[in-house]
Amino acid sequence: MTTVRPPTDPAELHRLMSLMTGDEKHSAAATSTLDVLHVLYDRVLHVDPQHPDDPVRDRFLLSKGHGPMAYYAVLAVHGFLDEAELATWAQPGSRLGLHPDRVLVPGVEIGSGSLGHGLPLAVGTAVGLRIRGLTTPRVVVLVGDAELDEGSNHEAVAYAGRSGLANLTAVVVDNDSATHRGDLAELFLAEGWRAITVDGRDHDVLETALTAAHDDRPLAVVAVVEPKG
Amino acid sequence: MTLVTTSLTTTTMREAFLHATADAIDTDDRTVLVLADISAGADPVPDLARRRPGRVVNVGIREQLMIGVAGGLALTGLRPVVHSYAPFLVERPYESLKLDLGHQDVGAVLVSIGASYDQPGIGRTHEAPEDVAVVDTLPGWTVHVPGHPDEADRLVREAIAGDGPVYVRLSSEVNAAPHHGTGLQTVREGSPDDVVVAVGPTLDRVLAAARFRDATVLYTSTVRPFDAAGLRAVVGEVPTVTMVEPYLEGTSARVLDEALSDRPHRLVMIGYPREESHRYGDHELPL
Repeated sequence: MTTVRPPTDPAELHRLMSLMTGDEKHSAAATSTLDVLHVLYDRVLHVDPQHPDDPVRDRFLLSKGHGPMAYYAVLAVHGFLDEAELATWAQPGSRLGLHPDRVLVPGVEIGSGSLGHGLPLAVGTAVGLRIRGLTTPRVVVLVGDAELDEGSNHEAVAYAGRSGLANLTAVVVDNDSATHRGDLAELFLAEGWRAITVDGRDHDVLETALTAAHDDRPLAVVAVVEPKG
Repeated sequence: MTLVTTSLTTTTMREAFLHATADAIDTDDRTVLVLADISAGADPVPDLARRRPGRVVNVGIREQLMIGVAGGLALTGLRPVVHSYAPFLVERPYESLKLDLGHQDVGAVLVSIGASYDQPGIGRTHEAPEDVAVVDTLPGWTVHVPGHPDEADRLVREAIAGDGPVYVRLSSEVNAAPHHGTGLQTVREGSPDDVVVAVGPTLDRVLAAARFRDATVLYTSTVRPFDAAGLRAVVGEVPTVTMVEPYLEGTSARVLDEALSDRPHRLVMIGYPREESHRYGDHELPL
């Protein structure tokens, strides 16, 4: 299922992102997620642009839908999108909006933008795969540190931890944008998750964390990047 | 409101729904019951949970998560049946209905209890006469308002067998007999210029009301999509159409008006008034 391909050149991702202009307000969100997305699609996820609906694919859910330029760039590099389409970004009628839409873009698992929905959807997806007896696929959801303030996420973290959803991974991209923030890893640990805090710009460290054993628990990877400022 | 005074059956709508869902879980691999504690201990749920491990998902008292989980389950090809009191099922997690189901282009069967003022002593926190109006803001939903446990049984089974978003509004108030069939059904023929549409458990009271003695009485247990063609086929050239709904008055004014847009008409909308209730006790429909 995995296509053997050379590692993605980071400069190529930056070039593709430069094709998408008009949402400078969320450019920090786009760059904060770039390295995590790069590592996930290059080294971790089992997805195939030729079979985007394969039942045994890994599911990646971008909950933090703001600033999805990095997401679209990675999807283009991996064959889910044509590079030429990136220039239509945020244009009327384009499939590539300021927040991604799963109905429009192959490989996009959820439509997102309103914060606090991806993690509950990921929990349901992980439960659903377990019910269907699909033990191989992983469910990986990316949230922002500020997004964790949403109450729906606390509902999801508590339930997932107490249910032993070992096929679920939450990646928290931490650019220090949360108000009244606490210890992010502790939030997950307290509910029975495994939690690891890593440098969100170090690809090897990210890969190690994202492929770590879950020990029959869901896994949270807090990927720390430079503060939003 | 008078509660459970006319039922000839010992089965409640809630019991009919839970047993229909259990049957579906026993006989197909798609159905999953999603709860937020409500009804987790009601027969046959505990036995079902033991018999079909994993097919009853009780997320605890976390109603936003309940809908998000339903959306995720549906994304994996399963058919979630989601249940709670109406305010906790469709009001508290309203944005989750919009985004975790509708925007993801997946369906679920939502089944509520507590319809409007079913429990007179419970107070405003558990009352949601606004529920159908709330769901009606969302595109593509089917809304069933059964008037009898047998109708609830049938409508739940049909809803589970489908794929789209469905809201089934159960009530402890019931009619004496079920009325099966789809769309508007003529229960009593009268004047084509004086037509009453009775929804779900309001039917027996409509039939007994002196003010509707000469009217044609139609019945429906499905309010969305509304059977506009069925209404047009029955009414006269300049009709007065009265709709009696066991929830917020005026909820269906829009669809009635659209159905009769080709002729002069007068609408009378009967339902519960728009009020911030601080009153315990019966709430009577103003028939």
